[in-house]
Amino acid sequence: MAGKTLYDKLWDDHVVHRNPDGAVLLYIDRHLVHEVTSPQAFEGLKIAGRPVWRVDSMLATADHNVPTTDRSQGIQDVVSRIQVETLDANCRDFGVVEFGMNDPRQGIVHVIGPEQGATLPGMTVVCGDSHTATHGAFGALAFGIGTSEVEHVMATQCLVQHRMKNMLVRVNGRLSPGVTAKDLILAIIGRIGTAGATGYAIEFGGEGIHALSMEGRMTVCNMAIEAGARSGMVAVDDVTIEYLADRPYSPKGAMFERAVKAWRTLHSDPDAVFDQVVELDASRLAPQVTWGTSPEMVLDVDGMIPDPQQEPDPTRREGIERALIYMDLKPGMRPADIKLDRVFIGSCTNSRIEDLRAAAEVVRGRTVAPSVRQAMVVPGSGLIKRQAEQEGLDRIFVDAGFEWREPGCSMCLAMNADRLGPGEHCASTSNRNFEGRQGHGGRTHLVSPPMAAAAAVAGHFVDSRQYSTTV
Amino acid sequence: MEAFTQHRGRVVPLDRANVDTDAIIPKQFLKSVKRTGFGESLFHAWRYLSPSEEHGEHRLNPDFVLNHPHHQGASILLARQNFGCGSSREHAVWALGEAGFRVVIAPSYSEIFFSNCFKNGLLPIVLDENMVDQLFQQVEALRGYELMVDLEARQIETHHGQRIPFEINEFHRTCLLEGLDEIGLTLQHRDEIEAYEARRQEQAPWLFHGPAEAAE
Repeated sequence: MAGKTLYDKLWDDHVVHRNPDGAVLLYIDRHLVHEVTSPQAFEGLKIAGRPVWRVDSMLATADHNVPTTDRSQGIQDVVSRIQVETLDANCRDFGVVEFGMNDPRQGIVHVIGPEQGATLPGMTVVCGDSHTATHGAFGALAFGIGTSEVEHVMATQCLVQHRMKNMLVRVNGRLSPGVTAKDLILAIIGRIGTAGATGYAIEFGGEGIHALSMEGRMTVCNMAIEAGARSGMVAVDDVTIEYLADRPYSPKGAMFERAVKAWRTLHSDPDAVFDQVVELDASRLAPQVTWGTSPEMVLDVDGMIPDPQQEPDPTRREGIERALIYMDLKPGMRPADIKLDRVFIGSCTNSRIEDLRAAAEVVRGRTVAPSVRQAMVVPGSGLIKRQAEQEGLDRIFVDAGFEWREPGCSMCLAMNADRLGPGEHCASTSNRNFEGRQGHGGRTHLVSPPMAAAAAVAGHFVDSRQYSTTV
Repeated sequence: MEAFTQHRGRVVPLDRANVDTDAIIPKQFLKSVKRTGFGESLFHAWRYLSPSEEHGEHRLNPDFVLNHPHHQGASILLARQNFGCGSSREHAVWALGEAGFRVVIAPSYSEIFFSNCFKNGLLPIVLDENMVDQLFQQVEALRGYELMVDLEARQIETHHGQRIPFEINEFHRTCLLEGLDEIGLTLQHRDEIEAYEARRQEQAPWLFHGPAEAAE
């Protein structure tokens, strides 16, 4: 019999019950909660008179709606304020630990879980948010769920699930300096398409993945959903274990040693069989820029925007035509021809300390181009913000003309006041370039933090490596 | 949840691939703490002319297919591949349901959207691309085109009497047919869940030291 994949191991470890019809009752170890997808779930519990099954499995924070400017006046938008207050009240009523808006540990839910050690290898991790795949970087089975499933987990600690197929994305070679985990995942999505991994759980493996820091691995897993996969994951290695030592919720002392022994088994067996294998050479990769309205519409920084006439498939051709109109771009243009109105550095994809350091290195001693209306940096959590300030990164950004903001989801999805105006082009380190995502009529280009920083300085896209001081 | 056995309804064709949940229901409408009130914001940016981000009166965009007079009252949405991709927001399904849709037909869906449908009595049917193409041609050729969807028989009957079988997994089918409360169903396995927890506490006790405990 063939060995097991990492996904098979995680799945088998969490099966509580098998239905004759093939569905499985899967146990959930960690449930992360935010204000947008939870109120109807808490309400459902209250109406049915059901308690939360295991309140210590939950961790909540307010991130989508919170202002990133001065918070001393509270939230001005009444509807947003009610949603955040509803989360506060629900957490109080049910005894859920919440990092509220003014807690120094508050931040984007997918940033604070790992930061606190609330995400551990071997766990099943869910959240009412599609970017939950982020936590798979720790050798966990992590996936996004809808609000009905949020309620289901609260009430039963389980979900009814069907087994996925296994896909291995093997990254050979290492990224060259100035090319980041973000470029890698954008290139992978460009290769397999936004539905390329639908029905699969992706394991990211190979030298190029294990050479990444935990933060880089989180960036890669974060966008598994943009390739259609509900889960992305990376096997546990020394980098994983080193990251977890001494996190607030990590096990301590002898318990940590015991856990490490178990975590060391969280990798695919050498003879495991994958339903599909995709290979990529990291060493040849250039910085990436998306030009269209789907993350798969991506180019090398010196690439050329495609001509729909060259696309044989009619549905794809129409997609390209529609995207060119929405983005106001022409075939044959290059990223350097795209003038930028705003720059956003943040989101659950790219708001961690290494992201901010990489962006600051490009910005240091330079200034934001006068044609750029706004450039902002939104750290992923209060603790990251504090760390960045201790390192003086905030000064570098502010001196260059960036705004230095409070943590939250911010302009990734523009539920708060941070948003694009109609027609504006934005260099964004977030994860989705859908129509209207960052504001009605807004035009999003997904890039890495150094690429966003370089674009802010130049006023259009440039290869950030030309600004780098370390090459 | 409303049970689903059979449904006859008019079909509206939405001829674009990769329709994401931001398009189905834009983020500015996700601030509600209720499960209702999303229907009129369905496809907001496409359905209305110069839609600002604010609530309020907007003029309908006459070019958008859902607004065509002969598609009013349609309850079956015909769509292209990867429908519902992007965010996990169940609000997308709530908006479709409130706008009167009971069935979506497409070659493929994003998984979270697909799973959300079954919790809300919306049936997402997968047909192969050729069959979806044929349906698009038929719908566009005939005003008032209807389909009869029979979940019990796992079959669609076209306006012209052609029978098209579809596949659906048994668990989803049963839940829809009986309008089941999935949570109630899972709680019937309470003993097994507790036994699993006891076993896991032995094997991996660190999984049970959560934030709530650490806070005490």
